[in-house]
Amino acid sequence: MPAEPPIDSPRKLFEAYAHLAAGPTRPIAGGTDVMVAITGELGPIPERMLDLSRLDELRGISLEDGALLLGAQTTYAEIRRSTLCREHLPALVEAAATIGAAQIQNRGTIGGNIANASPAGDTLPVLLATDAVILVGGQRGEREVAASDFFVDYRKTALAADELILTVRIPLQRGRSLRFRKVGTRRAQAISKVVMALAWHDLGTAGWRDVRVALGSVAATPIRAGATEAVLEGAQPTPEVADRAAETLAGELKPIDDVRSTAEYRRMVSARILHRLLRDAGGW
Amino acid sequence: MSAYRFLVNGTPAEVDVPGMRRLLDVLREDLGLTGTKEGCGEGECGACSVILDGQVVDACLVPISQVEGRIVRTVEGLSLAARERGSLDSLQEAFLEHGAAQCGICTPGMLMAARAYLDAGGDDDEDRIREAIAGNLCRCTGYTKIVDAIAAVAHAD
Repeated sequence: MPAEPPIDSPRKLFEAYAHLAAGPTRPIAGGTDVMVAITGELGPIPERMLDLSRLDELRGISLEDGALLLGAQTTYAEIRRSTLCREHLPALVEAAATIGAAQIQNRGTIGGNIANASPAGDTLPVLLATDAVILVGGQRGEREVAASDFFVDYRKTALAADELILTVRIPLQRGRSLRFRKVGTRRAQAISKVVMALAWHDLGTAGWRDVRVALGSVAATPIRAGATEAVLEGAQPTPEVADRAAETLAGELKPIDDVRSTAEYRRMVSARILHRLLRDAGGW
Repeated sequence: MSAYRFLVNGTPAEVDVPGMRRLLDVLREDLGLTGTKEGCGEGECGACSVILDGQVVDACLVPISQVEGRIVRTVEGLSLAARERGSLDSLQEAFLEHGAAQCGICTPGMLMAARAYLDAGGDDDEDRIREAIAGNLCRCTGYTKIVDAIAAVAHAD
C-alpha cells in the first residue's frame, strides 16, 4: 500500500499559495503520475500533499487574443471533447488521445503533464512546436515562461518550489500547419519510444518559415531539433530536402537505450517519422 | 485523518481515513467492497476501474480526498437496479452469454469501463469498443468475446 502523507485540499488559489509558501508540499492533480511515484520505491515520500483538484480557478478552455488558453487542471478527456481544441489545435487533441486510455485521460491534466516533465510527456512536443507559454504563479506573483525555457534538465523545470502552473497559452497562428506523431509499443496505454510535433508556415515559392521540430523520448527533456529546423527553414518539402532533414535529425539526436527502446531505434524512427511527414506535406 | 463523505452505489458512505488513502483501498479495506480488484497498482491494467461522477477511473490512482462529495459506482452496484427484477446488469448477462470471463480478475474493471462507455452513448462499433477498454488488460480471453459482449449490449440498447 502506498504512503499516505497528510493532504490539504484548498478551494482558492491564494490558499494553495500559502500552503506552498509554508513548507515542502507535493502538488497532486489527477494523480496519474504522483500516485505511482510516492510509494517510497521511487524516492523519498513527501511530507505533505497539496490537492489541486478543487481549484476551479485552474479549469476551463478558452480563446483569447488569438491564443488558446488551457487551465492547468484541464484533463486529456476535456481536451479531446473540446470543440475549441478540435477546431484550432487538432494536433493537441491527437496527443491527448494517445495518452494512456480512458481511465488516465479522465484524470490526467495538461498541467500535470508539464510539471511532471517526463521526457516522454506526450503533449510537450506540441507545446514546444507551437511556442506555447506557461503561466505560473505563487505568493511572489505571476510570471510567464516559454515552453522552450521550461524543461531545464531531466525532470527539472523552471517552476520554483512555491509556484504552481496556472494556465497554458498556445498562440494560434494563421497559416500554421501542425502535425503530431507518436510511436509506442501499442496504440493505447503505452509510453512513447518517440513522439514528435512538426510545425511550419508554407509561403509557397518562398518555402517554409518558422519551422519547429519538437521531440520527446529522445533526450533528457522534450527538445527542439535546431539543426533540422535550420535545414527546413526557407526550404520546400521536396524528396531531397526530406532526405537531408531526416539525415540531419538522425545526426543531431542523442537518445539513450532504456527499458522502452534503444538509442539506435529511436534515431532511426525519428528520422523516418519526419521523412514521412515531409512526404505527406510535399504530396509526393 | 478526516472524515470523507461520498455516495457508493447510491448509498452514503463516510470514512475516517488519511486523505491520501487510495479509493481502491477505501473500497476494499474500509468498506468491504472487494469486487474491485487490484492488479498492477499503477494505472496500467484497469482491474480497479470504477466509475467516478460518470467517468471511468483507476481507483488505485485516486486519493480519497478527491472523492469527497462525489458519486462512485463499483461492480457491486452494477446489478443493484437489475437485482430487483431478479437479474444481473445487461452487461453481466452478456459477459456470461458470450463467455467473456475466464479467470475473472479483469472482469469487474472491464464491466465498469464498458458501462461508462455505454452510458456515455457508446455504440457497437468495434474500434470504439476496443478503445473504450484499451485501459483494461485481460490475459485470458483475447478480448474478442469481451468486445462481442459489449457490442451485443450496445446493439440491444
